[in-house]
Amino acid sequence: MTLLIMMALGLIALAALFTLYRLVFGPTNADRIVSADAMALITTVILIIIAMIFGSSLYLDIALVYSILSFVGVIALARVIEAKIQNNSLNKQGED
Amino acid sequence: MQLAGEIILLIGAIFIFLGALGLLRMPDVYNRIQVGTKAVTLGAIGVIVGVALLHPDWWSKLFVVLVFILLTSPVSSSAITKAFYHSGIVPWKSIPKSKKNKDKESSS
Repeated sequence: MTLLIMMALGLIALAALFTLYRLVFGPTNADRIVSADAMALITTVILIIIAMIFGSSLYLDIALVYSILSFVGVIALARVIEAKIQNNSLNKQGED
Repeated sequence: MQLAGEIILLIGAIFIFLGALGLLRMPDVYNRIQVGTKAVTLGAIGVIVGVALLHPDWWSKLFVVLVFILLTSPVSSSAITKAFYHSGIVPWKSIPKSKKNKDKESSS
């Protein structure tokens, strides 16, 4: 691990920290969903860097499966929100 | 090759950091979707290309991950933006209007 990779890891750790702040203290639930989406992408990148550091290509499969699961989760959340709109009685709960 | 891979990886990490900083600083949900998708996706591409330059044996798996991120990240952000827009979250441009309305209500 050279200095440039250490700097990259520090920057990605700061990025994860900012995203986690928005995830915990987000003003609305929509901000939390968006930051969870960004957090999944950052986690995929961290898994790829872990694969590079440990020298094992097994973590790349884990990164691929993690990104697939996060994509399915975000699409499911979008479908849940749109289904809540169509039931007008639940519309007030969807908004924050 | 080693130095080029590390520099591209660092550029990708800088883009991820800027995307997360925009996620922290942007005023609205739609702006946060913008930076949280575009900048972080570009940073992820940079990191994957950097790792592919550092470990050339892994290029097939890294290519699969890169194509998957490129295909799914805009789709998920578009779907969730559409859901937010249909659920009645107003964009940021109309916030001063609501403030004016609040001022009118408070003044009247």
